[in-house]
Amino acid sequence: MVLYSLTFYLFSSVAVLSALMVISAKNPVHSVLFLILSFVNASGLFVLLGAEFLAMILVVVYVGAVAVLFLFVVMMLDINFVKLREGFLQYLPFGALLGIVLVIELGILFLTDRSSNIYNNQTPLQPIVSEVENTKMIGQILYTEYFYLFQICGIILLVAMIGSITLTLRDKGGVKRQNIDSQNTVDASTAIEKKKVKIGEGI
Amino acid sequence: MNYDILITGLIIVAQILAVVVPVLISVAFLVYAERKVLALIQLRRGPNIVGPFGILQSFADALKLITKENIIPSGSNKIVFILAPIITMVLSLAGWAVIPFAPGWVVSDINVGIMYLFAVSSLGVYGIIMAGWASNSQYPFLGALRSAAQMVSYEVSIGFVIITVLLCVGSLNLSKIVLAQQTVWFAIPLLPMFVIFFISALAETNRLPFDLPEDESTLVAGFFTEYSSASFVLFFLGEYASMILMSSMTVILFLGGWLPPFDVFPLNIVPGVIWFTVKVIFILFLFIWVRGTFPRYRYDQLMRLGWKVFLPFSLFWVVATSGFLVYFEMLPN
Repeated sequence: MVLYSLTFYLFSSVAVLSALMVISAKNPVHSVLFLILSFVNASGLFVLLGAEFLAMILVVVYVGAVAVLFLFVVMMLDINFVKLREGFLQYLPFGALLGIVLVIELGILFLTDRSSNIYNNQTPLQPIVSEVENTKMIGQILYTEYFYLFQICGIILLVAMIGSITLTLRDKGGVKRQNIDSQNTVDASTAIEKKKVKIGEGI
Repeated sequence: MNYDILITGLIIVAQILAVVVPVLISVAFLVYAERKVLALIQLRRGPNIVGPFGILQSFADALKLITKENIIPSGSNKIVFILAPIITMVLSLAGWAVIPFAPGWVVSDINVGIMYLFAVSSLGVYGIIMAGWASNSQYPFLGALRSAAQMVSYEVSIGFVIITVLLCVGSLNLSKIVLAQQTVWFAIPLLPMFVIFFISALAETNRLPFDLPEDESTLVAGFFTEYSSASFVLFFLGEYASMILMSSMTVILFLGGWLPPFDVFPLNIVPGVIWFTVKVIFILFLFIWVRGTFPRYRYDQLMRLGWKVFLPFSLFWVVATSGFLVYFEMLPN
């Protein structure tokens, strides 16, 4: 148990510290790298909870794909650090408000009596790790009880994807593209043209 | 008081060493084998000076590289520059924690083994991006950009291939995936997926014909142009270790892991770990063979292959496999 708590405090303190560094680091690329560190530690916390499937999904989706694209964009942009700092005081009240709302919500969540939750005196929602693989559990709940919500999520994502593609897809004329099918169907009769050239004239 | 924790810790360290040391030694021999096989393909002799048949060539090279001066460019971002090769190396070794070499021969037999491997291999791109960015130089940066786009693209089709295999197994545990192939290796019913997985593995490990991140004819040496000495060695070891890792993943998913080809008398007395090694060596030979045979892909061709050929085809195959399994009521429980 000692080892368990030590690991928990290691993961959570690194996660919190790196989250702080995300907003305080001067270089945006360092911010993204700290964000990734924070994600990885969060997935470590999931493993400690016994939710190994969520942990792996967090790493695959957020760290392996989303954060790569973040890093990609931040590295390519030429960001002016001085300009970024200028609006700090202007945005401070709004940011503080968001923070306060979040703290209050978390406080309410922690202070309420958990035994009288919406599931009316059922046992609290904690996975029985040793009995069922949580991959199987998630699958069963997602594809039975929450089937329609899950499908709607998929459709929303599809709409977002099509929208972003149509926004960025511009057909600039004059771009030469390789058409592999037409290249493969070329033979001597279409590629070579025979011409009779008169002496002294050329083509 | 707590000697139990100490003993457990020591056992874990011993297990880690028992996996990592053979992996590093096999990296050395893989480099030698690659040079020798390429030499045979090109009708040359290959390394033949250091040791009998040049077998100690890699150790000599490693020694030479480590004793060189480690140059850190003054314009680079020093912490990230030093961190990048370490991350590459650590990630290529971390995946070995869940690989089952034989029944029970596994450091950590977790429920989501295949997801863990997928996660670790998708993290591999960070070493390359960080190296390219921290070098603060054009060629490494271009290499890093290419690699980021390439690895993200081919992960998608790898994900679909893994899903197809999981549909046939019904578990994410690597040992169970191997045991599900006792009647027939998945390479036979899922042959097109096996081919797609192998080609995507080439792209995921930045091997020829997809080694555009380190394309020497256009980018000098790609993302590790600025690296020298020990940090270069780490990149080198990391690349080859992840090559062996991807080969083991192929063997586990499609070639029946430690299982013999047929469960008959002379074959099934051979220990599982030997079957596993033989299959991994076969896949590694394919890696080298491909390198010796094919020219490098152009970048737009690479993207076309990933997004317009592999992605639709593997998506189709996922649907077809699940339809087949449901219709014939062969879904595993």
